[in-house]
Amino acid sequence: MIQDKMISKLEILAESAKYDISCASSGTSRSNKNKGIGSASRCGICHSFTADGRCVSLLKIMLTNYCMFDCAYCINRQSNDIPRAGFTPKELADLTIEFYRRNYIEGLFLSSGIVRSADHTMEKMIRVVKILRQEYHFNGYIHMKAIPGASNELIREAGLLVDRMSVNLEIPTERNLKLLAPDKDHQTIYQPMRHIQQNLLENIEDRKKLKSTPKFVPAGQSTQVIIGATDETDNQILQLTAKLYKRPSMKRVYYSGFIPVNSYDKRLPILQEVPRVRENRLYQADWLLRFYDFNVDEIVNDDHPDLDLTVDPKLSWAIRNPQFFPVDINRDSYRKILRVPGIGVKSAKLIVMARRHRKLNIEALKRIGVVLKRAQFFIVCHEMRTFKLLDSSAEYIRLSLQDQPLIEINKDPIPQQLVMGW
Amino acid sequence: MLGFYYDKTFEGLLCAVFDAFKLKKMPECLLTADDVVPLLLSESHQVEYRNSKYERVYTALQKKLSPIALNQLLFTWLSELPESDLIIFRYICKVFKSNSPIETDFGDPDVLAVHDIAKKVNKEKHHIQQFVRFNSIQNPASDIDEKIYFAVIEPIYNALPLTTRFFKDRYADQKWAIYDEKRQYGYFYNLEKLEQISLNEDDHLIVDNKINQDYLTDDEKRFQTMWYRYCNALTIKERINPKLQRQNMPKRFWHHLPEMQGK
Repeated sequence: MIQDKMISKLEILAESAKYDISCASSGTSRSNKNKGIGSASRCGICHSFTADGRCVSLLKIMLTNYCMFDCAYCINRQSNDIPRAGFTPKELADLTIEFYRRNYIEGLFLSSGIVRSADHTMEKMIRVVKILRQEYHFNGYIHMKAIPGASNELIREAGLLVDRMSVNLEIPTERNLKLLAPDKDHQTIYQPMRHIQQNLLENIEDRKKLKSTPKFVPAGQSTQVIIGATDETDNQILQLTAKLYKRPSMKRVYYSGFIPVNSYDKRLPILQEVPRVRENRLYQADWLLRFYDFNVDEIVNDDHPDLDLTVDPKLSWAIRNPQFFPVDINRDSYRKILRVPGIGVKSAKLIVMARRHRKLNIEALKRIGVVLKRAQFFIVCHEMRTFKLLDSSAEYIRLSLQDQPLIEINKDPIPQQLVMGW
Repeated sequence: MLGFYYDKTFEGLLCAVFDAFKLKKMPECLLTADDVVPLLLSESHQVEYRNSKYERVYTALQKKLSPIALNQLLFTWLSELPESDLIIFRYICKVFKSNSPIETDFGDPDVLAVHDIAKKVNKEKHHIQQFVRFNSIQNPASDIDEKIYFAVIEPIYNALPLTTRFFKDRYADQKWAIYDEKRQYGYFYNLEKLEQISLNEDDHLIVDNKINQDYLTDDEKRFQTMWYRYCNALTIKERINPKLQRQNMPKRFWHHLPEMQGK
């Protein structure tokens, strides 16, 4: 009987937590201490994948899904008639350990509905983490939500126990946030973010003086914005992202395609489908910002306020900027090679290493893993000195490389000399 | 065509390199005693295993290669792919023949092949870290109540030895064992050190590639059910995407995952 109750509680609180996209367990590397339990792996480990294809790395769960707020986009809003439940801190800590011992998870992702007050909720969450870290000597990964409005003291205390903290922005502009979540405003969301940042920077200074000072959120913080619930353009969203990434503690911004969980609420748009393609394009743009050294204005700006849904943002940029090409694979810098569509970080690194030994031709590029279907329009290399883009119109490239190509590319894509049919 | 016979161990392979340089003859194929003799084999040489030969080649390799590249060779060996020994052989010969380091010369097919195969084996290593599922069982070798966390795997490459350090560090306070059912060996951690094990047939610990349910401890089924129900509850129905799920978590692992039973 007690067991059935645990299982249904687990289900209710997982259902309530699942719309949080983040599940990363990366960013900290820590080996086991004193033969206790657990370690953290720098690049993170995904232990399972649900039928929607999303990774399960942490035990993503709410401490309770009772909530006094009434945000229009949230499944747990106060006015929703859904089953409610709550764990005691001990129950949740025990469950985490049992799952961890079986290699189901990397650790815990703890979130909670807001009960009584922000500080009260935060205190209860800290209790779970304290049992894990101090009683069970758990050394695995812990991600904890910072509750908007919680005091700096509690954020400080939590941050010294966990690996990552996050506060979700949810709605990119303040105007729309006020509309959908009357209990929230950007001030109360940015405040814990700032607290986390300040504490982290102070902690870095303290650790310079005394190495044994415990680390404050070693994996930094992350946040999430909902896409498609309100009318923001990709330009607005990505400008916000770029601003957030300028803060040294912000590691990830997640984009969550809007799922109409409360379809009765007339403030929300009626969507036939989750805007998955747009979400995917935003992630691609996000990657360009973080790993490809792109400036946000190169991807979106007032002339191009939204990302092209038919081709990826890198290709879209390349087509708009023909003056940048051709890139000479054997001569140009790593940064320039990285900008070629069809060449990723890994192949770009291999290319600059390999070309020291010999001149690279098309065959070598193919073996290295360059997607020539895309790259061929933008490069010259050994044995292929003629530059294709000059012969091909931008429209041709776009139509042949978009997700559902309208033009069939020549089956033998790399002729020595290319003459276009028009 | 010249063929070298060797004992199909990594150490033996390095001895073959030694012999090739000594005899100034490069084999075109590497064979073991059980192999069918190739049709065009005109000449063959038996490689004798000597510790001194192995050590000399290995020390020379350590001098000429970075630790990363040396690791890649070991990973490539563990792939157990049919041609992998010949690729390693040619790679090592190139290392010794060249005056400059070759390990980043990815325009060379053998260098790139070693890089790629090592990457695949590394991926399988990561898969093991992801998808090992421990079941708590009664220790069949002990009369007293003793709990062991036991997992069965069937990896495509022989990557289990590459993961033991990770598991030993992470699960330092529990007794655990991981068994490679395909290659019929595994490792057992007894709270102090690792031991290589092979299972006693009479215990019937594994039946039909699965852990014998009779051995499970009382609460094990309960946690498996909880995990199964948790993963189901976590799925967002509006976003169902089985293709993406299979891409990230290949079907060959499902057999041993409690959350995928009956799917």
